[in-house]
Amino acid sequence: MSLFHRLFPHPLLTVLLTVVWLMMVNEYTINSLLFGFLLATIIPFATRSYWPQRPKLRNPLMVVEFILVVLWDIVIANITVARLVLFQRNADFRPAYISIPLELKSPEAITVLAGTITMTPGTVTSDTSNKGHSLLVHCLHAPDPDAIRDEIKTRYERRLKEIFE
Amino acid sequence: MSILFDIAITAFLIISGVFGLVGSYGLIKLPDPMSRLHAPTKATTLGVGGVLIASMLHAIAVEGQVSLHELLITLFLLITAPITANFIAKAHLHRHVERDQLPDAAPDDCWAVHDIEPFQAGAEPSTETTK
Repeated sequence: MSLFHRLFPHPLLTVLLTVVWLMMVNEYTINSLLFGFLLATIIPFATRSYWPQRPKLRNPLMVVEFILVVLWDIVIANITVARLVLFQRNADFRPAYISIPLELKSPEAITVLAGTITMTPGTVTSDTSNKGHSLLVHCLHAPDPDAIRDEIKTRYERRLKEIFE
Repeated sequence: MSILFDIAITAFLIISGVFGLVGSYGLIKLPDPMSRLHAPTKATTLGVGGVLIASMLHAIAVEGQVSLHELLITLFLLITAPITANFIAKAHLHRHVERDQLPDAAPDDCWAVHDIEPFQAGAEPSTETTK
């Protein structure tokens, strides 16, 4: 293992932390850049034993598309849920738990998928199965649970699979 | 020009206020804990998002500088909201939902909350880690 990799076990994380630090101090000077870089070197180095593997991004351009799709879906989700809350009688709600079998393998991808499901229309990720091969999702209003499962699989899981695996 | 900014800022503030209110109303109106989780995790995202966009516009229009703090708040919110929801959901499943009320966890045996040894009063705590 080269010296560079030993000093920077996660180069992308180092860049990300530096940028986050600069945005936090909201002041773009050499001073804060250097201090941010110092922190961004120490933190990945000190926590490297918790991240033994480096998550691979196979397709960084897809990340942009994924973020845009998710942001758009969050806006739609807000409107959908607001309409359900305001205009639907409680007796008409059909809440349901659905099980989503996963094709994703990497823990990072599954985490992103679970977070995405929670932020989008009427679904909250509640649990994973004991060996991590499926997600338990609660739906606020699910007249057709299979359709929701298929949408999650085609809309988010397919994209994440292209990004991470 | 500045009146356009004023209108945009006001619009975003009103949107965020409406969604915040709907989210809080949903918390009271919906019948059970799992459904109640939906209102705050979603309606509030746009509620807070609207305030943050208004704040960024205000910084540009009035103070004449770009403020990126708000983007960070959005980022942290998007990261933490699902985790909080997940923890509340897990606590609820753990205490109030039995195995047979949930769908099948195929291809695995059961859901992680139920992957525990049954509690027996007076029994020695197991030293083995169940994983």
